[in-house]
Amino acid sequence: MPRVVVDVMLKPEILDPQGQAVANALPRLGVTDVASVRIGRRIEIEFAGEPDLNQTREIADKLLANPVIEDFTIRLAEDGETVDAQP
Amino acid sequence: MTARVGVVTFPGSLDDGDAARAVRLAGAEPVRLWHADPQLHGVDAVVLPGGFSHGDYLRCGAIARFAAVMETIVDAARAGLPVLGICNGFQILCEAHLLPGALTRNQHLHFRNRDQVLRIESAGTAWTNAFQPGQEVLIPVKNGEGCYVADDATLDQLEAEGRVVARYVGNPNGSQRDIAAITNSAGNVVGIMPHPEHAVEELTGPSLDGLGFFTSALKHLVETAA
Repeated sequence: MPRVVVDVMLKPEILDPQGQAVANALPRLGVTDVASVRIGRRIEIEFAGEPDLNQTREIADKLLANPVIEDFTIRLAEDGETVDAQP
Repeated sequence: MTARVGVVTFPGSLDDGDAARAVRLAGAEPVRLWHADPQLHGVDAVVLPGGFSHGDYLRCGAIARFAAVMETIVDAARAGLPVLGICNGFQILCEAHLLPGALTRNQHLHFRNRDQVLRIESAGTAWTNAFQPGQEVLIPVKNGEGCYVADDATLDQLEAEGRVVARYVGNPNGSQRDIAAITNSAGNVVGIMPHPEHAVEELTGPSLDGLGFFTSALKHLVETAA
């Protein structure tokens, strides 16, 4: 059954200290041409039946993201994009 | 009659014992409440203690917000029940939309654990009426995600309405406008990042300043009952 993918990102105006810390570490890898790094969260949801995007939107708005500081996008996963967890 | 102050335990709460002790030292009867029990058992006020409810999974306080007891507390708080959220409790109050804004990762990414000077900005709340505006108090702070953020309009509104309850003197985590504690428009719900319940005894705390938050609630209950 296809999954729904929810991406949660901090709003652009919210400082992302994690992303900054990663960006600051890049020169130690020899990478010097990265302007910025921002870190978010990806959630995959598998419904028992058909994927329900409206219900996913409600889940994302009420629980997965905090609308005060975060934005989210939802979409159906493409074929082969998601992998089942090992039992 | 002795006031009864509920202290909620969520899975992963750490400071519920200290909060209950602080309630007792302030002269009230602590009543332990359980996250999965929607009943408030007739308490006159509620403390949401610090800790890591539900392991801080997803976001701090995001899952605790949906606890059975929280549905009851949200309704009771809107009706005037004094509610104090400390640290993780503050995060839960924001997630439950009883208080505006959010608490995010400390700007420097370090966990901060130290005795912290706060300046009381508003003595008009149910939990700070024992203090004078401008009074400085010393209370432990211990958090990794204590950086208070809100949009400018919300921050301006909090300032204009006198709802910034306490500010850090020496900001430990990057909180906007040095905000350590805020209140709702009615003044009965207060969220504070530092830990007044850890400053109630000379043996274990840096001061006795934390007691004032709990005695304030008792005073508030007497005044509103009269």
